[in-house]
Amino acid sequence: MAAVQSGMGEGVEEKDIKTEPASDGFGNNNANDGRLVSTSPGSNAPAASNKPVAGGPPEDQQTLLAVLQFLRKNKLTESVEILRREAGLPEDDLDPNGADSSGAGTGGAAGSVDSDAGDASSLLTRVTVSSSAAAQAPTKAAAGEDQPDVSVVLSAYSQQGDPALYEVYYSSLKRFIETVLDCHRAELSQVFYPLFVHMYLELVYNNHENEAKAFFEKFSGDQECYYEDDLRVLSSLTKKEHMRGNETLLDFRTSKFVLRISRDSYQLLKRHLQERQNNQIWNIIQEHLYIDIFDGMPRSKSQIDAMSGSLAGEAKREANKAKVYYGLLKEPEIELPLDDEDEEAENEEGKPKKKKPKKDSMGSKSKKQDPNAPSQSRIPLPELKDSDKLDKIMYMKEATKRIRLGPDNLPSICFYSFLNAYQGLTAVDFTDDSSLIAGGFADSTVRVWSVTPKKLRKVKSAADLNLIDKESDDVLERIMDEKTASESKILYGHSGPVYGISFSPDRNYLLSSSEDGTVRLWSLQTFTCLVGYKGHNYPVWDTHFSPHGYYFVSGGHDRVARLWATDHYQPLRMFSGHLADITCTRFHPNSNYLATGSSDRTIRLWDVLNGNCVRIFTGHKGPIHALAFSPNGKFLASGATDGRVLLWDIGHGLMVGELKGHTDTIYSLRFSRDGEILASGSMDNTVRLWDAMKAFDDLETDDFTAATGHIHLQDNSQELLLGTYLTKSTPVIHLHFTRRNLLLAAGAYNP
Amino acid sequence: MAEERRQKQCSVVLPTESMKAMAESVGVGQLQEESCVALSEEVSYRIKEIAQDALKFMHHGKRRKLTTSDIDNALKLKNVEPLYGFQSQEFIPFRFASGGGRELHFYEEKEVDLSDIINTPLPRVPLDVSLKAHWLSIEGVQPSIPENPPPAPKEQQKAESTEPLKVVKPGQEEEGTIQGKSQGATAPDGKGQYLEKGLIRLKPRSTHELSVEQQLYYKEITEACVGSCEAKRAEALQSIATDPGLYQMLPRFSTFISEGVRVNVVQNNLALLIYLMRMVKALMDNPTLYLEKYLHELIPAVVTCIVSKQLCLRPDVDNHWALRDFAARLMAQSCKTFSTTTNNIQSRITKTFTKSWLDDKTQWTTRYGCIAGLAELGPDVIKTLILPRLAVEGARIKAVMEGPVVSNIDKIGADHVQSLLLKHCASVIAKIRPQPDNVEQYRTDYGYLGPMLCSHVMKARTQAALQAQQVNRTTLTITQVHLILRKIYLDKSVVVRKLCNELFSYHCSTSSLQYHLNVKHVAVSTRANVGYDSPGTGK
Repeated sequence: MAAVQSGMGEGVEEKDIKTEPASDGFGNNNANDGRLVSTSPGSNAPAASNKPVAGGPPEDQQTLLAVLQFLRKNKLTESVEILRREAGLPEDDLDPNGADSSGAGTGGAAGSVDSDAGDASSLLTRVTVSSSAAAQAPTKAAAGEDQPDVSVVLSAYSQQGDPALYEVYYSSLKRFIETVLDCHRAELSQVFYPLFVHMYLELVYNNHENEAKAFFEKFSGDQECYYEDDLRVLSSLTKKEHMRGNETLLDFRTSKFVLRISRDSYQLLKRHLQERQNNQIWNIIQEHLYIDIFDGMPRSKSQIDAMSGSLAGEAKREANKAKVYYGLLKEPEIELPLDDEDEEAENEEGKPKKKKPKKDSMGSKSKKQDPNAPSQSRIPLPELKDSDKLDKIMYMKEATKRIRLGPDNLPSICFYSFLNAYQGLTAVDFTDDSSLIAGGFADSTVRVWSVTPKKLRKVKSAADLNLIDKESDDVLERIMDEKTASESKILYGHSGPVYGISFSPDRNYLLSSSEDGTVRLWSLQTFTCLVGYKGHNYPVWDTHFSPHGYYFVSGGHDRVARLWATDHYQPLRMFSGHLADITCTRFHPNSNYLATGSSDRTIRLWDVLNGNCVRIFTGHKGPIHALAFSPNGKFLASGATDGRVLLWDIGHGLMVGELKGHTDTIYSLRFSRDGEILASGSMDNTVRLWDAMKAFDDLETDDFTAATGHIHLQDNSQELLLGTYLTKSTPVIHLHFTRRNLLLAAGAYNP
Repeated sequence: MAEERRQKQCSVVLPTESMKAMAESVGVGQLQEESCVALSEEVSYRIKEIAQDALKFMHHGKRRKLTTSDIDNALKLKNVEPLYGFQSQEFIPFRFASGGGRELHFYEEKEVDLSDIINTPLPRVPLDVSLKAHWLSIEGVQPSIPENPPPAPKEQQKAESTEPLKVVKPGQEEEGTIQGKSQGATAPDGKGQYLEKGLIRLKPRSTHELSVEQQLYYKEITEACVGSCEAKRAEALQSIATDPGLYQMLPRFSTFISEGVRVNVVQNNLALLIYLMRMVKALMDNPTLYLEKYLHELIPAVVTCIVSKQLCLRPDVDNHWALRDFAARLMAQSCKTFSTTTNNIQSRITKTFTKSWLDDKTQWTTRYGCIAGLAELGPDVIKTLILPRLAVEGARIKAVMEGPVVSNIDKIGADHVQSLLLKHCASVIAKIRPQPDNVEQYRTDYGYLGPMLCSHVMKARTQAALQAQQVNRTTLTITQVHLILRKIYLDKSVVVRKLCNELFSYHCSTSSLQYHLNVKHVAVSTRANVGYDSPGTGK
């Protein structure tokens, strides 16, 4: 480990300071970068350098100005200097411009900065305490002197319309949309929800409480059922005072709701509104909505429904255009000790078996670099240690005995039930070789079990280690203390429920993330805590080790995903952009990307190298609780509280499948080792197996679909469902395929 | 898509009276109405906000139940100090009370004598978390083991037997194919799936092939049930009553019982008949089985055991009466469970019994069976069918008892019928007849049996008074516990929890119910399918 770390650190630092080119498509993303910078001065320098240099689009400049204004206000002069130097801005255009830009309310970015600064209960307090350098910031910011800034954000709502007319406007639009041609109706209906929300908020903001309530009563029933959760939040919000500090509202205000509408439909709407002089609605559309216009056939209702449902509308098409290197990294060449294998496979059957995998592995090695794979050194990865090589060899051996799964050959499922957990089991993970199982519990403990006959042993104490003959062959055996052997170990250290847990690939470490805002790294040699990574000040919902070790990702209530390296106590990257809690995190098999799922009902794919968001997937109708990459790195599966599994093509940035069947939150998803079967486990006490091969085979990824992003989903979940296995009142919260394709499932028995 | 949903939430606000009450409790009197309204709106909003955050913690805690700790965590998010003292995991100790037009939720705190607590022995420490592995599926087939849920849930069995048309509706079709697959009926392959769907629709959904293991099990169980070793039999019956995987074997068991009764009635083998009836009882007790489909075989067998003229080789010595009583109770139980307006089991059975009872030529044994069968159906049946015939029956008994000696068997029969009638009728009469009990009055009303009835009724009355006192003292008696356990088709854990709740509410320590459950009913908190008679029931 140590050897790796020393080499690694520098490479990573270097990347940190690399300046990224401005990308126009990411107005949204940049806006949130701005927020980041402003709120955690500790990480200012590297993050700020990610900003586009001056001369970028005006929106970016405004963001910068807003950031500067904020910094100045908080007397962070040093940061102001640095940022200005980086951005190449002259000193004098700071003050007036900055204020104006946010006042105009045009850039969502400026808004986000201000809103953060504004309220004690909002984002600011979350992030400000994050690093030691930030200590000075929060006290002042939270003191409330920035209250006017929130008003600035909200002031966009202070329009002087007759409150009584809102209903008229809305219903006239409704009538219009109901009378347009069928082909346009579905598309235009999309504007109902954002319009409804913004009109309601305007009413509330202008203190028309009764009108607002009446408006809500009248039209909330018309909204799509998947917005129900947000409507519930909205319904409780009836006073101007409540608008401060309500995160849902700020999200709505600071990020434009994105709609995809065909040019024809858009023209139709525009003409109608202009004819009717319906300025109220037109203003809202102009200011708060982002309409992504495309040429071609309007989409059908089902096409729209498949993609909508997220907190801020669909993803812009540009957001999913960036190139993603989804291919796998080349496996390091390892000499297979052939004699060993011969010994192992002595029986006659062994011979054909042995031949096949060798061919396979040969094939993959001789194959030229996959054009879709990132270059080997795109992300500095730790070098393989001897023990890792041994493990790889073990892996290959196991792989030769792997069962080929398919619809006719379903995997066996072994279920690990946690007994007497009293509803306290919150997270489970298996090691890759399925030798250990770890559970995170609501009582702040982490427990590790050995599921093989091999017991868990601690390393001897330092004094005892001195007595060992270090030259002996079995030194690794000798350092272990036999007296401590037991089937399970308990790790104490967290001060809140443990929500995320992840083993390192080499089985030496265990990560756990908790409600107490820390991620802890535990040694599985000594069974002690090695590091507590502090950065998230709010509950950390999930953490995941990179498949190559060393890096890990964490995400939580503060809406920021952080990339860490085990030997750095501060994060290497911060990925911000989600509009609500990050609920789950997963590394791509090639470690170059990571996916985060969120309560804003989107999934984002981030580039580890530069911190950019390269994919935004919308379509879920509830918070996402499970993610899984296919073993070939091409596809992503996601499961949410809505009980659906969605399948995504990462390269094309498209939804490619929908698996319906579960009736409750899906907490775990896993592809079989060869990617033929997708297993999903849910709160509804079932494990379901899906034919992943078939789901991905049927794809129609012609150029048109890829270009427009308009997908036609077949409703074939029932054909793809290969099996449903009911447990006895045991929610399935983790799934894992062993190297031989046996499915392990885990959950706590709740009588 | 725009469905009809009335959003009621938007208007839900705490009543202003609560604000006043709370203000008073912290020493602020005379709160103005306006401020109350403002406060209640604000407080309602904040509470909703916190509840929404708490939901997040629930989701991440992978639970369906919101707990107090979720609320605490949500408060912590908002930088508010959590509420202390509500640490219960399972339920929130608020009680609801209403009366006088007021509805209240209050926190029940009882005075507890410290010395009681000190003197009680320390409870066992709750069990530690442990890990247990089992096969959920083996190559796509779910094994029928206690760790897995029963292959066909009871609701489905019920739906199948009572609403056979629904089974082939499109929504459930797929379930059928999956089940067919998982039972290994046919090897599923991609192409054959449609074909299979068609097949499934035509043939009955339960497959009739038993695996080798199941065949072995069936053989062992049936042998043990009718064998000579009582310990083995108890074990076998216990297995029948609790095993969740018997669904597929049910047709076999049912045929076994009906054939067995048929043969053994002819051979007058009392012991075997009793064993078979105990099997019926065990099948009925199994909470995972729904017997409706097999009643056509089981009911005749049971009725045979109730009313058959002769059930044993030596009717004068053997106690075949007990078998009749037992079978009658079984009959009554199945009437209660399965009688519906469509199958009319209860009325059909009642008719059968009455008809043969009314027949003058009926033997005393059959007569006894008919009366027992009717009496077990409940006090209403006794009232309407048996009481009016007491006089006639009394005369018949009198004829045998006091007339010339015809045969010993008749005499014994009449004697049994008499005590049976007295036993069942006394309690009913005690309830419907006003006091005082006059012997003469009884004689005119009920004829020969009158005086005896009178004394029985008086005894019943004093006993009822005594029992009432006892019920006051303890909420539930042991017999009641067992009755409830047997009658209610509920998961045992629910029942135990309920019972214990009752007991605990009496023992004034409601809060430790979960603890008690964890300690005393480990079986309930860890494994659901433990037999009713296991020691876990405790009380």
